[in-house]
Amino acid sequence: MKAKAVSAPYLVWMAIFIIVPMLLVAYFAFTDSGGAFTLDNIAQVGQYSNVFLRSIWLGALSTVVCLLLGYPVAAIVAHSSLKRQSVLIMLVMLPMWMNFLLRTYAWMTLLEDSGFINSFLAAVGLPTLHMINTQGAVVLGMVYDYIPFMILPVYSVMSKLDPSVIEAAQDLGADGRRVFLRVTLPLSMPGVISGVTMVFVPSVSTFIISKMLGGGGNLMIGDLIDMQFLGTAYNPNLGSAISLVLMVLILICMGIMNEFDDGESQGGGMLL
Amino acid sequence: MGEKPILSLQGITVAFDGERVLQNLNLNIRDGEFVTLLGPSGCGKTTTLRIVGGFVRPDEGDVFFDGKKITDLPPHKREVNTIFQKYALFPHLNVYENVAFGMRVHKKSEKEIRRTVHEMLEMVSLTGFERRSVHRLSGGQQQRVAIARALANDPKVLLLDEPLGALDLKLRKDMQVELKKIQQATGITFIFVTHDQEEALSMSDTVVVMDKGVIRQIGTPQDIYNEPKNAFVADFIGESNILDGVMHEDFLCEFAGRRFPCVDDGFAAHERVDVVIRPEDIDVVAPSADTLTGTVTNVTFKGVHYEIIVDVKGFKWMIQSTDYQEVGAEIGLRIRPDDIHIMKKSEYSGMFGDYSTFSDEMEEDMAAAEEAEKQE
Amino acid sequence: MKKAVSRVYMALVFLFLYAPILVLVVFSFNDTDTKSRTVWSGFSLRWYEMLFEDRMLLEALRNTLIIAVCAAVGATVLGTVAAVGIHSMKSWRRKLVMNITNLPMLNPEIVTGVSLMLLMVFVANLFGVTLGIVSIILAHITFCLPYVILSILPKLGQMDPHLYEAAQDLGCTPVRSFFKVVLPEILSGVVTGMVMAFTLSLDDFIISYFCSGTTQTLPVFIYSMTKKRVSPEINALSTLLFAVILVLLLIINIRQGKMGKKAAKEANV
Repeated sequence: MKAKAVSAPYLVWMAIFIIVPMLLVAYFAFTDSGGAFTLDNIAQVGQYSNVFLRSIWLGALSTVVCLLLGYPVAAIVAHSSLKRQSVLIMLVMLPMWMNFLLRTYAWMTLLEDSGFINSFLAAVGLPTLHMINTQGAVVLGMVYDYIPFMILPVYSVMSKLDPSVIEAAQDLGADGRRVFLRVTLPLSMPGVISGVTMVFVPSVSTFIISKMLGGGGNLMIGDLIDMQFLGTAYNPNLGSAISLVLMVLILICMGIMNEFDDGESQGGGMLL
Repeated sequence: MGEKPILSLQGITVAFDGERVLQNLNLNIRDGEFVTLLGPSGCGKTTTLRIVGGFVRPDEGDVFFDGKKITDLPPHKREVNTIFQKYALFPHLNVYENVAFGMRVHKKSEKEIRRTVHEMLEMVSLTGFERRSVHRLSGGQQQRVAIARALANDPKVLLLDEPLGALDLKLRKDMQVELKKIQQATGITFIFVTHDQEEALSMSDTVVVMDKGVIRQIGTPQDIYNEPKNAFVADFIGESNILDGVMHEDFLCEFAGRRFPCVDDGFAAHERVDVVIRPEDIDVVAPSADTLTGTVTNVTFKGVHYEIIVDVKGFKWMIQSTDYQEVGAEIGLRIRPDDIHIMKKSEYSGMFGDYSTFSDEMEEDMAAAEEAEKQE
Repeated sequence: MKKAVSRVYMALVFLFLYAPILVLVVFSFNDTDTKSRTVWSGFSLRWYEMLFEDRMLLEALRNTLIIAVCAAVGATVLGTVAAVGIHSMKSWRRKLVMNITNLPMLNPEIVTGVSLMLLMVFVANLFGVTLGIVSIILAHITFCLPYVILSILPKLGQMDPHLYEAAQDLGCTPVRSFFKVVLPEILSGVVTGMVMAFTLSLDDFIISYFCSGTTQTLPVFIYSMTKKRVSPEINALSTLLFAVILVLLLIINIRQGKMGKKAAKEANV
């Protein structure tokens, strides 16, 4: 096939819509509003190190919670009968088909001071809790929105595990705990790694969940970028610098994750 | 068979990523001929076929079809059809539609299509399989559909790229006979690519032995087997003992430390040559002063004969004999003049020695590894 | 024992996943004047009525559908051609192109959104136009492309490379060979890619948010509603959308089930 002629339109598209925008981000990050070269924007990002740390902390926390909650789900589903598997996976994916704004909004109505949970607590005579606008609420929202991204890749790897491998381990004298630690867990690592990436990246860069469930007090990197471009603190140069730093940060994280992976894993069985 | 070539490749040179695949290849093929391109994997035989099919454009040289230059003609305008290695049947079409594909492209009438498809399926004994999905055919049946599909297009030349490679041994033998029959019945020129020398010898009118992008010998199967031009051909076609020798004068040569009368002439006096002796041509006799004498080191039963490895002064000979010999026995080797074949020295001299490291399994292993590499 | 534990665990997880949605749905039927989202005061469809009288919302819905259709078709056509091109590339060229292709998928969405916004604003200023439906469509095609390409590439990989040549061998021009032989082979990947592109586009908020200017898509509209902390109207909207999705998925599943049975039957003949 004439590879060059066929791929030409796409290569042009790629250049205009992927490469040029990235270069624009870099350009804005290293210039001031007048267009002169400057490192001030990058330097200014340092002022927001607390925001970065908070984002990473909350992102990591949600990822760990997703893993701890999601891994057993994936394992249970993978060990069910084939017919049940497809039903269960369908049930895991179904909420994802609802817009995440609506899902997050649902939690707002639950967690509010006068929300459903507190109404319920009051009705049964228990003291009410303050939940909305806390970090806990933000983590809860992220776990709720992103846990399917953990369950699906882990499940897709586990369901393809050759059961005779487990039997071989048992045959060689491993008990249940050892089978899990020595065989199941290492073999499911590719799924875990893609799950961790798929949860961590959107968690760390979210700006809606923190805004809706975290109130104004739990600013994250995403909110910061949003503010610079479409918000009150309009400053696209600083916004670009923050985006650039975020991107580098994510790429480093993914590089580290890939180190754990031996390259060929594909955990992305998340279609339909 | 016409004398004028229907297909002519002239001075073809091809390189992929800077690597020479074909080097100044010249080949004429007569109308109605069954030609086999034979050689190890990577010898350029498939590339040659793809040049004829129009899928590879040579860097240098030209292709002529019926005297007309077709070097730049795209595949769909060429009057040749191909049977691909794994058949390349269209999975979304049933048997009938696969066979009808080419005729539909050429806008033939439904009536003609129906008639031709039936004719073709009858020829390959697949009548009644019209509506069958190609997934649900056995390897042999798929092979037949591929043949029917190609022939339905009424090609002048049919190209076959290792079409029997995927079949098991028994089926392969049957298909060899069948292909040969079809070729004789239709009178279409067949260009057949294979690495299996037996297949090449039993089916072809002409065998073209290739290695490293160069044609090493062209001839009838008998020529190729009996009169190999160099050590490569001798080794590739069948088993051979290849020895270093000297041609003292016409009809007298020397090898293994002895002089032998032979039937070859036309060499310079005392020219160094390669001597080929086929294992089945050697007679086992009682050791005497007049014969080569050696010790049996290994005997393998092969069904029709025993394969005997004999150590003669450090050189391991292979002999095929119907008589069993004890390992360790001293035996004499008698070689008649017309069993001795003399070849000029070539780049292959010395590469194919004796049978000291010979083992069937190893050879098969190596062939399998080579095959795997090719798949990469 | 072990089975019981895992059952209870799964029940709890599904409770966690579905309780919020259930609450949302229930309160969409709440007959309240105080716009309370938590106190039940009787059944009513008033919020649904309000929803269908909301001009802005219907406009946003229309925009979203137009964008999703255009983005899905655009990304599918371009992505199919791209996949064929990439498939025939070798070694480092292919690696390079794939890495760049994956960028919008690997990058945080907000970074993709911001970078596309910078481009769109730059171009819009150049021509004296404003951001709107066209810029959203272009942005959506861009972020849907990798999904389309990645769903087609494996199909091309599984395809016998000689099929394309066989069609030409039998007399098809290269373009005709593609449509007659290659496309039917990769069709399932193309359709999957198109469906994915369509749903991704429908559902997208972040990219649209940055590239929409003043044009509203449904998710952008929802976002503006949640900011105002308004009425159970939004519950009604969520319920409707969820119902539509549920019905669609059921139809797809039932159809697949039927096709699976039919295929099984055929195989038995």
